[in-house]
Amino acid sequence: MNPPTLPEADPQPPAPIGDARAGVTQHRSATGREPGAVDLKRVRRLGGERIFRWLTTGSGIAVLVIIVAIGYFLITKAIPALQANTSNFLTEKNWDLEPRPAFGIAALATGTLITSTLALIMAVPVALGIALCLSHYAHRRVATALGFLIDLLAAVPSIVFGLWGREYLVGPVQGLSAWLHKYLGWIPIFGSDGPYGKSLLLGSIVLAIMILPIITALSREVFSQTPTMNQEAAYALGATKWEMIRTAVLPYGRPGIIASVMLGLGRALGETIALALVLGATFSISFDILGIGGNTIAANIANRFGEATDVGRGALIASGLVLFAITLVVNTAARAVIYRRREFRSTL
Amino acid sequence: MTTLSSPFAGSLRRRRLPKWSPWAIAAGSLGVSFLAVYAGGLLGGGPVLTIVVAALAYMVGLNIAARVVEGKRAARNRVASSLIYSAFTLALLPLLSVVWTLVSKGVDRLDGDFFTHSMNGITAFDANGGIYHAIIGTVQQVAIATLITVPLGIAAAIYIVEYGRGKLAAAIRFFIDVMTGIPSIVAGLFILAFWVFVVTPVFNDGRAGYSGFAAALALSVLMLPTITRSCEEMLRLVPDALREGSYALGVPKWKTVMRIVLPTALPGIVTGVMLAVARAAGETAPVLLVAGGSNSINFNPFSDNQQSLSIYIWDQAGAASQYAPARAWAAALTLVGLVLTLTIVAKLLARRSKLR
Repeated sequence: MNPPTLPEADPQPPAPIGDARAGVTQHRSATGREPGAVDLKRVRRLGGERIFRWLTTGSGIAVLVIIVAIGYFLITKAIPALQANTSNFLTEKNWDLEPRPAFGIAALATGTLITSTLALIMAVPVALGIALCLSHYAHRRVATALGFLIDLLAAVPSIVFGLWGREYLVGPVQGLSAWLHKYLGWIPIFGSDGPYGKSLLLGSIVLAIMILPIITALSREVFSQTPTMNQEAAYALGATKWEMIRTAVLPYGRPGIIASVMLGLGRALGETIALALVLGATFSISFDILGIGGNTIAANIANRFGEATDVGRGALIASGLVLFAITLVVNTAARAVIYRRREFRSTL
Repeated sequence: MTTLSSPFAGSLRRRRLPKWSPWAIAAGSLGVSFLAVYAGGLLGGGPVLTIVVAALAYMVGLNIAARVVEGKRAARNRVASSLIYSAFTLALLPLLSVVWTLVSKGVDRLDGDFFTHSMNGITAFDANGGIYHAIIGTVQQVAIATLITVPLGIAAAIYIVEYGRGKLAAAIRFFIDVMTGIPSIVAGLFILAFWVFVVTPVFNDGRAGYSGFAAALALSVLMLPTITRSCEEMLRLVPDALREGSYALGVPKWKTVMRIVLPTALPGIVTGVMLAVARAAGETAPVLLVAGGSNSINFNPFSDNQQSLSIYIWDQAGAASQYAPARAWAAALTLVGLVLTLTIVAKLLARRSKLR
């Protein structure tokens, strides 16, 4: 029944499909053995092929060069400022350049972590809800249109969100802050009794709105890739729709959810302009999210850049280097999660 | 699904809430919430709180009703559904609010004067002034960034899809993905540290040279991974049969890529490029660091400070003039109009592409 194995007389392995050069060389050796065959020597090795290969390879390598260059130039510009610093860069809260440079990222890094964490807490449940709504609840045509709207939310520039947050959202958030303090003031983070305004809460809400479309887009893709077999099997066992989602869709999409949350976190950590507009730009480590205050590494760079001297710019670059390192770690981890599941790679 | 019409079917089905019951519960909870919160002043009152309390009351009511009639599992299913739908409504609110605020505040200054004048000589007491210089800057910077990035990005994508083998290709692919997540401000700092402080002083008598070109470089760093990724996806969608047909005719690989693969993937690549352009046009942070900003018209992106729409909004948002907010909103409306138009056209193009 089985066809005989390939004759061992053929020394040539089958040429890999898609590699033209391998095919040509095979022809040549074949004609070398058979004198009567048509001479194929006129197919010369084109210079074009080699140039093209080098050009594309060079472009690919350029990406690696850029990443290394970012690290290198940030480090070389940061070192002189760090040497001029009279305080500990990691534990100092203030950002003073006069009369002598004494700056540190303690308050900035704390503010960055608090705003990003709060934004994730607010955005992730809503984003996953939207993603499920688009992939499994809404009618297909409605889902396409609404998904389009969510994508538009992602396209709005961050400066516009910042402007909107500062000019419009600040009013409602002041009301919300007063309400939270009145009824939940016994919780330490709601302890501030005013004045309310450019607070960590406002910054986190704006940030949450901005990362919402990112988390939604990736998790929607992942949810809609759930094999139909798994879903129908759950239904066949008598599951309700929610039970089907809990037993078939969510477990299948878990790596995608984790990755999308981490990508959202990466975006939240690096968001600059919107937060520069809606945070109070103070330099204190405070877990009070209602009162005026808050600052992040990125927002501080945008706010302080205009007035900065040489040492000041170096100091800002040093803080940017820290931000680069943090986001690099977060993004690499997110990508590593995505790469473990090949089928998710094409989604984002 | 076929419906069972046998006389025994009714006994097989579990009892269900009548179709009108969710509506009745909704009306009931809204009424209770109105009486308790809006009129009664529970928890401080107010219209927003009324709606929030009504929504919570609806879920509790639905849960109880369904639990009594249909059982625990069905009740949980109903609550999950209503939570998912309310998450969606919640997300549409900020979008609508942003659009409404933009349009209502932005149209005040949206006149011919605004588009044809710069801010040169405009003091805090002048109501006029416009975005002409900022539009020039944005268009030039984004155009230069596109010219740099598109060939580089497409070539890198071709390497990954057509030539890349082994660890180098895997590393490049991985780091392109990682690069997508680099914060825009870091890209700006990189160009500041590299181009503005190290390269330009050589040509510029030792002075750091802020310019529109530096902004374009920073935008390129941000656009490169986006364009490469989308282009890579598109190239992968081109059927192998097309490549094999070309090889069978004796066409060398590079010509196959240029003449067969790229044209087939072109609509998708254009979409990816337009989305990247839209994103770059809205970027503020990197441009703010390296373009310098300016109040007057500068047509030369290679020397002297240049403005862009996003820095203009940033400047006006921080300016101490009673006329500045109106200018900021009008510029924001212009920018959003530009970015959304690009995005929508790109998405429509993607829908027409044959490869999907």
